[in-house]
Amino acid sequence: MHSRARLYTVVILILLTGIGLILYKHLVLGFPLMPDAKKFVWTIEAKIDFQAQGDPVIVSFALPPKEPHLTFMEEDFASPDYGFSELSSNNIRRGQWSKRAAQGAQTAYYRLSVYENDKMIEIQPTDTPEEPKKPELDEVFLTASMTLLDQVRARSANPEIFTRELIQTLNSPSPNQNQRLLRNDKAGEDYKTELILDLLALEGISARVVRGLFLEDGRRRQSLTNFVEIHDGSQWILFNQDTGKSGKPKNFLIWQRGGQSLLDVVGGRNSQVSFSIIKNIHTTRNLVVDSGINKEAGLIDFSIYSLPIEQQNAFKMILLLPIGALVVVIMRILIGIRTSGTFMPILIALALIQTTLITGIIIFLIVVSTGLLIRSYLSRLNLLLVARISAVIIVVITIIASISIISHKLGLSQALQVTFFPMIILAWTIERMSVLWEEDGPREVFIQGAGSLLTAVIAYLFMTNRTVEYLTFNFPELMLVNLALILILGQYTGYRLTELYRFHSMGRHYVADKR
Amino acid sequence: MLLTSVKRLRSMGIIGMNQRNFGLVARYNPRHLYPLVDDKLKTKYLAQQAGITVPELLGTLRYHHDVRKLKGILSNYQQFVIKPVKGSGGKGILVIVEQDHNFYYKPSGDTVKLSHIERHVSNILSGLHSLGGKPDSVMIESLIQIDPIFVDYSYEGIPDLRVIVLKGYPVMAMLRLATHASDGRANLHQGAVGVGIDIGTGEALHAVQYGNPVYFHPDTRKPFSNLTVPHWDKLLKLAAACYEMTGLGYLGVDIVLDRDQGPMIIELNARPGLSIQVANFAGLAPRVAIVEALDQVDPDPRSRVEFSRRNFAAIRNLIRPRRRTAKSAFAMPVN
Repeated sequence: MHSRARLYTVVILILLTGIGLILYKHLVLGFPLMPDAKKFVWTIEAKIDFQAQGDPVIVSFALPPKEPHLTFMEEDFASPDYGFSELSSNNIRRGQWSKRAAQGAQTAYYRLSVYENDKMIEIQPTDTPEEPKKPELDEVFLTASMTLLDQVRARSANPEIFTRELIQTLNSPSPNQNQRLLRNDKAGEDYKTELILDLLALEGISARVVRGLFLEDGRRRQSLTNFVEIHDGSQWILFNQDTGKSGKPKNFLIWQRGGQSLLDVVGGRNSQVSFSIIKNIHTTRNLVVDSGINKEAGLIDFSIYSLPIEQQNAFKMILLLPIGALVVVIMRILIGIRTSGTFMPILIALALIQTTLITGIIIFLIVVSTGLLIRSYLSRLNLLLVARISAVIIVVITIIASISIISHKLGLSQALQVTFFPMIILAWTIERMSVLWEEDGPREVFIQGAGSLLTAVIAYLFMTNRTVEYLTFNFPELMLVNLALILILGQYTGYRLTELYRFHSMGRHYVADKR
Repeated sequence: MLLTSVKRLRSMGIIGMNQRNFGLVARYNPRHLYPLVDDKLKTKYLAQQAGITVPELLGTLRYHHDVRKLKGILSNYQQFVIKPVKGSGGKGILVIVEQDHNFYYKPSGDTVKLSHIERHVSNILSGLHSLGGKPDSVMIESLIQIDPIFVDYSYEGIPDLRVIVLKGYPVMAMLRLATHASDGRANLHQGAVGVGIDIGTGEALHAVQYGNPVYFHPDTRKPFSNLTVPHWDKLLKLAAACYEMTGLGYLGVDIVLDRDQGPMIIELNARPGLSIQVANFAGLAPRVAIVEALDQVDPDPRSRVEFSRRNFAAIRNLIRPRRRTAKSAFAMPVN
């Protein structure tokens, strides 16, 4: 049939467009298909303090390298009256604040929001190391070093094990005289790093310092932690200089690699840098949208996300309606359930979303049954139709007000949500059911009322499902798939499920005939 | 067995609601022709022009202020029926069989006052019984006298015959009998009995109440085995002629038999229901296929009826098993 072929072409086109858009958003833009994916976003703030002396000031600060497994959502360089520029070469980035003249206490801020995207595996640095330079040490020190290196070398087989043994020996809780001499317990962390690097250089192992930040929520006044990274001939290996453990710890943000200074201040004194860290939980979807807008992806730019938040919330509800419509189509065409008013169940379902299920159903039943009672009285008054329905609307409002007041007095706050029910729709429902009662009797009222409520509850269950809600809002393309389904269902000419019951006597006879 | 199988229904050629809406109503009934059957006054005028017998129209009321004229109109007649012009499914029909001064007697023997009738009329005018609640008019018709054959098969009210006419060919027929359970109404889902009638002969084939087979009228206990609808040929011709009259290809024609005037059309329906298949214990689909296979529709209702009686006669009678062999489709006398 020609028209049928055309319909199926349209259906397939709509379906492909819808699924294609969904796949594009998922695979290319990184929208997760399930709502559960949540990400930690770390907001790190580096605060640089120094005393300026009235001269031109240049502050040069190392910025963390942009690594593929990290997504930098936002970088902010806020410092009043300072000019700012970012310099980068070979994946080494430095921020530079400058000012012609400054006097007194100065502060510069660098703020970074970052999260780990799970798409890329962490990539190890691939740069090749320089040949280690032999450190210049005095005689006593050199002898102590060589003795220590001999001990460690005897216990190790390759540079990795060697480094671990070396660090563990240096950190030993009961150091011998040699170790004590080298260690110089009064010196700070940087001294230890230098020492390890020197010892490694003596052994001919290429190594460098790596500074990084342990990300912990709510930390303030943190400083960077030194790690040691060695090159074992094929790859770089990171070591904790206090424990000798290798590998990058979890939640460790590498800020700077190599021996360059973290902070240089020209024209200032007493410079220091401290870090504070905050953890935020964001859904992946938000992250994608935010970064998507940054990337100016047309699909996101011209989407619901570009609306103000309030309108977005309204759309959250509106985009659920097609799911309700699909439920009604299935219930009526495939199952064959009779409802009073075609789309009345969707409106009830919307009200149920606001009131929660059980409360909503109880309120609905109370309002409709009370309305029916009063409507049966109204029918004796010989009113014209429009006047009668208007009277029913007023009755419905009175009932709703009474329910609210009584329940409030009884302390049942849930029933206050009765106002979410669409009153005009309730009035029409009451009117229709009352006419049905007079014409076809209570049985028909019960059948249609139960059918409407059942459909509404099923629609409600779908519409409140977290996954469904997430998908309809974040993939409005799903509406196209929905549309295609409804178009196909519109062609269904087979039996409804209830017809198997309606015509059940046809089957029974058949059995009798056979005997 | 509470449910039957799809396979079983398909093998019997049962048409479901979706199939009816899609393949019959939407296909054969152009929307703009609906007013011809939804408005019973229009149907009546059309039928009169086409020479089709209908109950006599005693009066109409269109507006609320017409209600005052009601007493004047009613005073001329002992018996009458008040109907909403756009009502459906027998809703809002008030039958008065006798009047005595201010008292009006319903078939059940209940008496009502004029004020009750006036309120009923006012309800109809407000649209209480019309499709979609739209304001409606009232028509007052002469009362049909029950044919003596049906006296034993009816609990109040007059049995009516529903004939499905497809492209002018009567394809299936059913007699609807009001019962005590259906409160005197002829609605099957309210408990009226549906009796499948053999298109070939007018004999009762099979009967159901609430979807289950019955063999005698639940109130009068009269068996259906010797029920034959009289004036069968004339009745089918009336039904068939409604096709030319309305232009609707899938039509439910409701016919009553008057004791004196014979069969007359009381109502047409552009979306007749499917219970008729249960009453006949047969599906519509094979008969629809036969009619659809015809190259062209015969312009003469009489030859269409002949075609139908030849092709749609029952092969076996479920109520009268003895005659099963004698009545075969091939042995059907024509004419």
